[in-house]
Amino acid sequence: MIDNNKYINKYNFAFIDEATKKEIRRKLLKAVAIPGYQVPYSSPEMPISRGWGTGGLHVTLAIIGKDDVFKIIDQGSDASVNACNLRDFVHTMTNVRTTFDTAEATLIQTRHRITEEALLPHQIYIYQVPQPEPLRSVERYENKTRQMHAEGDYAKMFVSLYESIVLHGAVMHGADYPVMVNDRYIMAPSPIPKWDVPNLNHSKALHLFGAGREKRLYAVPPFTKVAPLEFIDVKFDIENFSGKKCYKTSSNKAFLDELIYDDGSKNYVINDSNYLDKLMENETPQQHTNPYINKIAL
Amino acid sequence: MGYVAVKGGADAIYNSRELIEFYRLKDASTPLEIKEIKSQLRLAIDKIIGEGGLYAPEYAAIALKQAEGDLFEAAFIIRAFRTTLQRRFYSERINTREMFVKRKISASFREIPGGQILGPTRDYTQRILDTAKAFETIDDVKLFIDKFKKQSNNKQSEPIQEYEKIIDQLKKEGLLKSVDFKEDRTILDITREAIKFPAPRSARLQMMARSETGGLMAMGYSSMRGFGTIHPTVGELRYGSIPIRLKDPSGKIRYVGKIEVTEAEMISDALEVEKKESPKYMVGYGLCFGQNDTKAICMGMLDVSMRSKDQSLPANDQEFVLFHTEGIESMGFTNHLKLPHYVTFQSSLSNMRDAVERKSEKKEMLTKELTEG
Repeated sequence: MIDNNKYINKYNFAFIDEATKKEIRRKLLKAVAIPGYQVPYSSPEMPISRGWGTGGLHVTLAIIGKDDVFKIIDQGSDASVNACNLRDFVHTMTNVRTTFDTAEATLIQTRHRITEEALLPHQIYIYQVPQPEPLRSVERYENKTRQMHAEGDYAKMFVSLYESIVLHGAVMHGADYPVMVNDRYIMAPSPIPKWDVPNLNHSKALHLFGAGREKRLYAVPPFTKVAPLEFIDVKFDIENFSGKKCYKTSSNKAFLDELIYDDGSKNYVINDSNYLDKLMENETPQQHTNPYINKIAL
Repeated sequence: MGYVAVKGGADAIYNSRELIEFYRLKDASTPLEIKEIKSQLRLAIDKIIGEGGLYAPEYAAIALKQAEGDLFEAAFIIRAFRTTLQRRFYSERINTREMFVKRKISASFREIPGGQILGPTRDYTQRILDTAKAFETIDDVKLFIDKFKKQSNNKQSEPIQEYEKIIDQLKKEGLLKSVDFKEDRTILDITREAIKFPAPRSARLQMMARSETGGLMAMGYSSMRGFGTIHPTVGELRYGSIPIRLKDPSGKIRYVGKIEVTEAEMISDALEVEKKESPKYMVGYGLCFGQNDTKAICMGMLDVSMRSKDQSLPANDQEFVLFHTEGIESMGFTNHLKLPHYVTFQSSLSNMRDAVERKSEKKEMLTKELTEG
């Protein structure tokens, strides 16, 4: 018998149908097996706009289970409007518990930040990626960039970094700083600030990247080498917040947001909302350690 | 402070959703009925099912109502709905020669097999604002239908038959370049697999069938106006309904229903032939859901232009055409600029300020050297 599905209003667990979820999981396994390699996938339409986190959602919805605890941030904040919307959607479609607490979450979806608090081995970190192709700025055609990756032909990329140094005295990539994964593929870490990039290196957690509109998945498995592109004489460095500090905690050892008040005056505050909340409540969240953060004098 | 730094994002989006619903209903006018939308906004529905990639006119009508008439939004809702449906069958290959033709024209010959049938078209309506429509009543509608039916009963309709196509004629004369084996004939399902370039023709046609009409039109027009190489002739344009069949588990082919489509066969003037061969025409093919001449014609044009060897022109460039005419993706990404980007921007600011500092230091040093030297 054929069911009469007219005006059906019931959705599968996690919205996407099971066959497609399985397909996404298979592609994710491939992505994990080849760190930094972009795997094409079906990328079904979501009820969320393309470019608003559909890739991250695909990954989340394909792997989420009923026992997971879900956290989502946008620009480091749990309260950002788009994060709220996606949290609401994931919760409605799965009934999974959600949290703001980084340490408690098993799945963390993010746009443009890695949490300030260090990640744990059982956590999966999911990135919303607008442009998965790090070489797009130097080569507009997809078939050519695929070939460049296959052949490890990254000369154009290094030339563009060199040109930036000649023109501006430094590599001007801010967010989405290109990285070399496992000494093989250049990868776009999604538009996280340079501050977060070193935290990908030998991370304890699994990092999954979903670019919905561009229909690509990629991954950084735990304990994988991730190195920002640099030259022997011009080294990578993170954002410079020297002389600035969070007005709430007096800390300068975290990514800071610049606030502009009505009278034009400026202040700084820790960007990661959950990390800031924890510091304010005198908790001691474990921060990521890396050579760049470590050298900042408190 | 900005709209993100405030704790209350969840409240804000909740209120915003309520408010947009209020804007849809605020005049407390009679709610539109789905069957009215479906029948009276037929061409809008056709666009939505085409771009939404789901032949479901009734659902499209609901989406149109929900989206306050925004076609992009409505097509998007339909696409998202499609994701929730399990793909259970692939239909048997459809044969458009079986079409129950409602409209059939050719620009390349004066007389064609079966004759030129204008059918329902807005082409020869005069676009004069008909203010009488403002006072249309159900009695007017009934009156018109009665009159119309009486008129058409006067003539006995001719029996339905399948007509030979213009391209058959050209093929017989050997003027048509057949799709050769050099063409990538892989059948790809673009809804299950991400497209890779160069893409097989099946993928290109599928992408275009879901493309936004305006996007395809811009590309097709650019090709004719001088930013391209083609200016094709409408070999044949047909609109009508075609049967869909499935193979059931016992292997029997079964008729499951019919869909309305517009089909265009565009005859190119591009004569790209191998050496020592006589020149040939090429056929560009367009097929889309519902009645949408513009879309089918532009699709046919771009099918020709994308097979051209010269990939340097915008309309000939597969990646350029296919990615940028995809309405739902372009709409999403252009609108994502409204999302907060302050972390990214802070990162760029940090670089910028350092660069400015370096430049001014350099300048100071230079001035110092000049004045002291």
